[in-house]
Amino acid sequence: MNIIPEITKNSIIGLINNEEREDGRSLNEYRDIVIETDLVSKAEGSAKVKLGDTQIIVGVKPQIGEPFPDTPDSGVLMINSEFLPMADPTFEPGPPTEDSVELARVVDRSIRESEMVDLKNLCILEGKKVWLLFVDLHIIDYDGNLFDAATLAVVAALLNTKLPMVKIENDELIVDKENTSPLKLTDKVTLCTAVKIGDKMVFDPSLEEEAILDARLSIGITESGKICAMQKGGNGSLSQDDIRIAVSTAYSLSKNLLTALN
Amino acid sequence: MIIITNDKVDSGREDGRAFDEIRSLKIEAGVLKRADGSAYLEVGGNKIIAAVYGPRESYIRRLLRPDTGVIRCRYNMAPFSVDDRKRPGPDRRSTEISKLTAEALRPSLLLEEFPRSMVDVYIEVIEAEGGTRCAGITAAAVALADAGIPMKDIVVGCAAGKNNNEIVLDLSEVEDKEGQADVPVAIMPRTGEVTLLQSDGNLTEEEFNKALDLAIEGCMRISEVQREALKAKYGE
Repeated sequence: MNIIPEITKNSIIGLINNEEREDGRSLNEYRDIVIETDLVSKAEGSAKVKLGDTQIIVGVKPQIGEPFPDTPDSGVLMINSEFLPMADPTFEPGPPTEDSVELARVVDRSIRESEMVDLKNLCILEGKKVWLLFVDLHIIDYDGNLFDAATLAVVAALLNTKLPMVKIENDELIVDKENTSPLKLTDKVTLCTAVKIGDKMVFDPSLEEEAILDARLSIGITESGKICAMQKGGNGSLSQDDIRIAVSTAYSLSKNLLTALN
Repeated sequence: MIIITNDKVDSGREDGRAFDEIRSLKIEAGVLKRADGSAYLEVGGNKIIAAVYGPRESYIRRLLRPDTGVIRCRYNMAPFSVDDRKRPGPDRRSTEISKLTAEALRPSLLLEEFPRSMVDVYIEVIEAEGGTRCAGITAAAVALADAGIPMKDIVVGCAAGKNNNEIVLDLSEVEDKEGQADVPVAIMPRTGEVTLLQSDGNLTEEEFNKALDLAIEGCMRISEVQREALKAKYGE
């Protein structure tokens, strides 16, 4: 939790009520997005996303394991996040905080419900062997809006994930790491986060804007135009108009984020 | 104590409810002796106890705020509350729900009057049958009122969702598991401001708007039962 002096808070609110922001952006404008993929050669998929000065590295590691008993023909997708102490002076080493768990779960929900990864494709031997995809988020520099940056990073990493070929010979699994095939993906997803400050909804909040927000709303929208995830956060409330306006704005911003991914 | 039971009508829902019908609901305020405030809630097959302690001096230094009180919440499911025994202790789901519950209740509370203090909300799910996070919030709000904590409204929660391609209110366990989407909502009923909003599943913009409207309507109805429960304990 970063503490913002009252005077800075008032000046940010004053600006936003005038539809201006400290860094000169408009209320619906994202900071620059830089996406780099394939930066960890030992990982089967990886990506680094810079959203303004927020930086996240994501790695995808597949393992062969057993499916869950209730979904014997589906692979398993697991998303974890780690708020590294290097990313912010208030982040501490240790077990995941509520914020870290929330981030991982909201990103997980967006990816899962978008059905972008067809888990049935990850089945090797029904009921016995499936791919477990571990997606680990490393937050290395925290300058606001981890939600959107993390979702972009996970989608970018999955887009560049290659799974080793697997053969079954004499009841034995043979993993061929030399030959790989790209992970099959369908509907991409983006997350757009707006925060309520003063009486406005502001997209892609900066660190200072996040520290003074009343409420936050993240909206997951798929490439095909479905809302697949949503999460309200923060100690304040949102009016129904705030929500509806944010949802329709998110639809147009989502297109820009998809362009950045492609 | 108030019980709402509904006349069953034919519909496509597995329990025969109409699309905008909530499950039978019962709320009782002040069910525990030691807690400063408490409530018991049953909705459908859910059984939930909520308890509140505080405002009391914050003994956790990192949570202490010099300008206001803070709210902390622990949502916990009993190991015997679900079909397959749940391992005791917090997991990722309950950690997230705890955080969201605190954030859903906070806007209604006038904690600025209690700097350096904290309010603890404990929600125990004794039996779960779909929609426990909303039911927990609804019960916790009654417990907060029962504790006499100054508030500008009694927060209330209810979910809407999509099942068999239809937008329906107050999903049951089966509808939640098999359904296409789940939209839990909590509001402050006097102003209609939204304090909890999640969405999980696939919805178009139009369907989302419909689900939001329906959930808010459900909240309004549950809100009356909350008020009745408090009146039953404290009189008019």
